[in-house]
Amino acid sequence: MRAQFVLSEIGVGLRRNLTMTFAVVVSVALSLALFGGSLLMNDQVNTMKGYWYDKVNVSIFLCNKSDAESDPNCAKGAVTDDQKGQIKTDLEKMSVVDSVTHESQDEAYKHYKEQFGDSPLASSLTPDQMQESYRIKLKDPEKYQVIATAFDGRDGVQSVQDQKGLLDNLFGLLEGMNIAALAMMALMLVVALMLIVNTVRVSAFSRRRETGIMRLVGASGFYIQTPFIMEAAVAGLIGGVLACGFLVVGRYFIIDNGLALSEKLNLINFIGWDAVLTKLPLILATSLLMPALAAFFALRKYLKV
Amino acid sequence: MIRFDNVSKAYPKQNRPALRDVSLEVEKGEFVFLVGSSGSGKSTFLRLILREERASHGQVHVLGKDLARVSNWKVPQIRRQLGTVFQDFRLLPNKTVAENVAFAQEVIGKTRGEIRKSVPQVLDLVGLGGKEDRMPGELSGGEQQRVAIARAFVNRPKLLICDEPTGNLDPQTSVGIMKLLDRINRTGTTVVMATHDQNIVDQMRKRVIELEKGRLVRDQARGVYGYQH
Repeated sequence: MRAQFVLSEIGVGLRRNLTMTFAVVVSVALSLALFGGSLLMNDQVNTMKGYWYDKVNVSIFLCNKSDAESDPNCAKGAVTDDQKGQIKTDLEKMSVVDSVTHESQDEAYKHYKEQFGDSPLASSLTPDQMQESYRIKLKDPEKYQVIATAFDGRDGVQSVQDQKGLLDNLFGLLEGMNIAALAMMALMLVVALMLIVNTVRVSAFSRRRETGIMRLVGASGFYIQTPFIMEAAVAGLIGGVLACGFLVVGRYFIIDNGLALSEKLNLINFIGWDAVLTKLPLILATSLLMPALAAFFALRKYLKV
Repeated sequence: MIRFDNVSKAYPKQNRPALRDVSLEVEKGEFVFLVGSSGSGKSTFLRLILREERASHGQVHVLGKDLARVSNWKVPQIRRQLGTVFQDFRLLPNKTVAENVAFAQEVIGKTRGEIRKSVPQVLDLVGLGGKEDRMPGELSGGEQQRVAIARAFVNRPKLLICDEPTGNLDPQTSVGIMKLLDRINRTGTTVVMATHDQNIVDQMRKRVIELEKGRLVRDQARGVYGYQH
């Protein structure tokens, strides 16, 4: 089969149905942009959760040397080994506690580096400045208050944090947005597929003379169908490229510039470009294969071979 | 070349079958007229040969193959060995004469070199030398039919199926087309032609097969039209 012949057929076909092609391109672009956006949102949530989020419910941060100078909770100096031992035994006696993990200053430094490795704050930190902590998993996550009353204000304890409580509202919101995005995507996807089926039908009808002649002179089914499938694939791919553009531009304007969240919310670690770039091949492949498949099945119905 | 064994064809939702128990054989190199009034089953007969339809009963053999046993994806292989000519020419209006003929070769994957060689050759054969770059719309009906014949013949089929090729043409032009088909037949190509044209059938004196209400009612060597209007 000659590539040039096929390519010219595709071009003619796409131009003939220009409005329909446009509709396919836009709907594919929107649905895949939403799909990519929701994947990125997931990444963002995972980035923010950090090392301990899924593993513990409550953290007891212990005083270090610099806290002893600046923090009123630590006025009695840095935590001692006795105090640590007492806290640990007390924790293990409590019935609501499921497990206790000790995080040393070095480990805290390591986890911090993993999460915030590329931020300017992280590069000026030393392990000394990190806090030791006890990370506690509760049998019932709602019983945070029991731990708080027992340990808040105790010597050597800087603070008790209900880690999930801090972030759950935010994550709940993000998750809701994610579900909304996925629902929109599903809807747009259905629209895109229906448009493709319809485009193929119109296109098969307007070219029935050519395909009829092709059939008579013995062109194979594959040969007759390929231009239609390629047409859908090309239109889809254009949509996919647009979707990729939306994601790249979207990340740039939301995080780096425009909305510039990375400046306004500089405590949050945002997803990097690598997270965006790794989604692009998936989106392009989907944009190519999904319309091609839709066209293939539409042809079985609308094009006699 | 073609063999029908007790072939019947019934279309769904029609009481009367289009073909009823037709048996006949067409040998290599024959020229056969297929006559009969509208609705007698001529078109169904041709569609069965082209495997556009499958027989309801009986067997259709074309080029030595039992068409019932040819799987769908192999049908194109068979059609490549058949040429087809229709009353309405079926040319692509946006392609030149040469491109229309070349189309039949492009879609079966002939190389550009082969196409460049064979297209002028076959256009000369049908008497259209020098009109390669004209559009079908600029040609007379007779010339358009010659283009269609050139396209049907360019792949050198063993069998040429013609469905009323002169149906849209005046008598004089029709004679020219028939002379051309006769010449193609003399190269060894079997020709099966459905027609309503009494003069042509009477003049050519070839084998005549007559269908009536789906039945084979006459099969006559060197026959005449014989059908009363």
